Amino acid sequence: MIIGKSIPRIDAYDKVTGRAKYTDDLCDKNALVAKIKHADAAHAVVKAVDVTEAQKIPGVVKIVTCFDVPRHTFPTAGHPWSTDPAHQDVADRNLLTDHVRYYGDDVAAVIAEDEVAASQAVRAIKVEYEELPFVLDVQEAMKDGAPQLHEKFPNNILSHTQIRKGNYEEAIKEPGLIKIEGWYDTPTVQHCHIENAVCYAWEEGGRIHVTASTQIPHITRRIIAQALGVDWGKVRLVKPFVGGGFGDKQDALYEPLCAFLTTQVGGRLVKLECSREETFINCRVRHAIRYHLISWVRSDGTLVARKADCYSNQGAYASHGHGVCAKGMNSIPQMYPCPNMECDSWTVFTNRQVAGAMRGYGMPQVTFALESHTDDICRKLGLDPVAYRRRTVMPVGFVDEFSKNELYSDTFNQVMDKGAEYIDFERKRKEYENQTGDIRRGIGMSLFWYNTAVWPISLESVSCRMVMNQDGSVQLQLAETEIGQGADTAFAQMTAETLGIPFEKVHVVTSQDTDVTPFGTSAYASRQTYAAGMAIRDCAEAFKKHILEVAYTYTRMQPYLMDIVDGNIIRTTDGRVLMTLAELAATKLYDLQNSEHLTMQKTTQLKSNAYSFGCCFAEVEVDIPMCSVKVLDIINVHDAGTLINPALAEAQVHGGMSMAIGYALSEKMLYDEKTGRLLNGNLLDYKLSTTMDHPHLEAQFVENPEPTSAYGTKSLGEPPALPAAPAIRNAILQATGVAFDEVPMRPHLLYRKFAEAGLL
Amino acid sequence: MTKKQYKMITCKINGKERTAVVDVRASLTDLLRNEYSLTSVKKGCEVGECGACAVIIDGECFNSCIYLAIWADGKEITTVEGLVGPDGELSDVQQAFVDETAVQCGFCTPGFILEAETFLQKGKIYTDEELRKLLSGHLCRCTGYENIMRAVKKAMYVRNGVEAEQNNR
Repeated sequence: MIIGKSIPRIDAYDKVTGRAKYTDDLCDKNALVAKIKHADAAHAVVKAVDVTEAQKIPGVVKIVTCFDVPRHTFPTAGHPWSTDPAHQDVADRNLLTDHVRYYGDDVAAVIAEDEVAASQAVRAIKVEYEELPFVLDVQEAMKDGAPQLHEKFPNNILSHTQIRKGNYEEAIKEPGLIKIEGWYDTPTVQHCHIENAVCYAWEEGGRIHVTASTQIPHITRRIIAQALGVDWGKVRLVKPFVGGGFGDKQDALYEPLCAFLTTQVGGRLVKLECSREETFINCRVRHAIRYHLISWVRSDGTLVARKADCYSNQGAYASHGHGVCAKGMNSIPQMYPCPNMECDSWTVFTNRQVAGAMRGYGMPQVTFALESHTDDICRKLGLDPVAYRRRTVMPVGFVDEFSKNELYSDTFNQVMDKGAEYIDFERKRKEYENQTGDIRRGIGMSLFWYNTAVWPISLESVSCRMVMNQDGSVQLQLAETEIGQGADTAFAQMTAETLGIPFEKVHVVTSQDTDVTPFGTSAYASRQTYAAGMAIRDCAEAFKKHILEVAYTYTRMQPYLMDIVDGNIIRTTDGRVLMTLAELAATKLYDLQNSEHLTMQKTTQLKSNAYSFGCCFAEVEVDIPMCSVKVLDIINVHDAGTLINPALAEAQVHGGMSMAIGYALSEKMLYDEKTGRLLNGNLLDYKLSTTMDHPHLEAQFVENPEPTSAYGTKSLGEPPALPAAPAIRNAILQATGVAFDEVPMRPHLLYRKFAEAGLL
Repeated sequence: MTKKQYKMITCKINGKERTAVVDVRASLTDLLRNEYSLTSVKKGCEVGECGACAVIIDGECFNSCIYLAIWADGKEITTVEGLVGPDGELSDVQQAFVDETAVQCGFCTPGFILEAETFLQKGKIYTDEELRKLLSGHLCRCTGYENIMRAVKKAMYVRNGVEAEQNNR
């Protein structure tokens, strides 16, 4: 069994020696350099762009303005294309725009011989604006008379969806119900992958070639073609090693513009590399979502009716749009089933950074709101948060009508048992009751809900190719990308397992090239071990069957009497090795009568999805006069089904916990209310966690193999980032009695809330 | 526009004597990446915030993005490419990063390895708190620093002949 072994990642050697090549490492140093002229207004119409002075700067090759680009619009979201126009992403982008919708929007681009000339030229471009009023807040943007960002979306509402269950209005009339109400606010944050967005493009053979740091090669190729208005086959995209993505690179970023720019300079090589500041301002961010939750419960805590209003700040363009907020909303009735519910989600344009996919896709936001609210209910009724959750959370056997997802195991109780035991929850919870003094400790917890892959919302299609070498080793090709998670290593383990060859004999083609790599929708929705796992198994089983049929020629044994074990063709009846796979592969290829290169390719379509649940427990120390919070201990427990590689799984959890601690305590994009400009778009002022901001991160698992999954797996990429913020918030609540209604709980907010509570 | 100015410098890079004509405005990152293809020197911010471009200069770890190439004149510079032995052997720190699953996307990895290599040369045993402080100039978004800490501690114990603590906490 190679599944379940903590094998070192197959790319680790190359990464510790600097041999792994990322996009910029591969670009010829003589490439032309493109730089973008960003708007210095939050909302404006561009009247004129004067490039006279800029063009005089030595080294400038070409300047392209918003008046020079194709007029048709395109979508950027990294979703599978839909042939049904009603399900296509909103196409609201131009390569450069004369309608500036956020501070930093793209007005013109300079192509120069070097970076210095390009930067100087950008500064020398003069833009004449007609400034328009702008709006940054969702509630303000929805009001009549608010500044309008897009013509087709009145009151800036990109989309509104709802869930109705039972009869909320009637249900709340039940006498004796207790009403618990809260507003919960989450911030705009950025992915902060350490490799900035970067791409380069050139023309060759009458086609446009793009190399880019992207999670989604085939999708990005399609978007480039749509943006430029060329046949999709005229574009080729190559994805080398990627220095982190976290959803930001699940969007077409500047690949379409870079591809366009090469066509403006005769197909010469053009590189477009974002600075860190541009990654903050011009790539994507996580939606800030504001929740209004009202729960009507009986005195024992039984949920009778619940109302949830979700307001999502989309920023200037649609990108992934409403899916993010809607996903979060849809989890509410599933997580804590309730007979009477009214849920509404609004996704609203504002003049802020464009929100797209970010690790968790709406779930970190709703998890903060719902799990904070759940503790608010417990506090009001004097109930134990763990016991209350055991009673009210989704029961075993629950089936979601839409996705057909089913909770097959007693996951929630199992993860809570494990988490509570590790952190000594019951004892500490008691010990920390009724504290006084300046420094207090508290313990809190949170559950989380997640699902895997995107069916039935969108297409789930993965193609897998296996190509055998003369030595019996196999190249594995998938479009499901390695972006740091360790996917390639897990894929190699799966392939070795099913095909029956040693792990070392699987060579994963880690770089995707849309000319060569079979189609797949790639890295998002925590789908890869689940979705690609199915394709790998499908392809490997078909390949094995074919190989054994070929082996019949040389062994004279019936295929059903043979198997491939450890790289050998064996006779199953007595275990005898008949020939090695290497002998078979070479013999067949060089067969003078009937030569064949042993290969297999399959396209696998998924029509299932899987729940992936878990919890977090956190212990904190709050220094009230200092308005500071220290996380003393923290644990995430996940049921991600079978673990393919436990060490890599654990590492995934650490990274998500770290991101969630930042979400809880320090990360927030800040805006200048007067201009709409982002104030802290750099790694100094934006407070990403460092080594000094963490305690030890404990990651544990319960492994209930997922019945719908080829290898028992389900999602683990995004879920680790969900539960820490509400767990920490609930721990602070226990320590201080102060119920925080927003993250991050920075000293500024702690000061305000502690003062309000009379603690200061 | 001011005219470009150049200066000739001589330095030792990964043990090899090198002479280069550099633009006086160029950073050491640019020199190492563009002239010598030492692409382990990563650009994450180019203003000294993230630590991805760190290299060892005369035994000390610096962010090469805010270190002018001309300052490298007469200096000895090491990148992770230079830690690898002639037959591709990994250094103890590199090996610990592989063994402890401290590598994910790999973009911050060279900086962390060089930082650890620098302070581990002092032959001291550091506390967790000291290690966290020593590594705090490097940002990583994938690992939560957990396995990086494990790897650095493992290399530290091995190098100092101390049996590694079983409990990594």
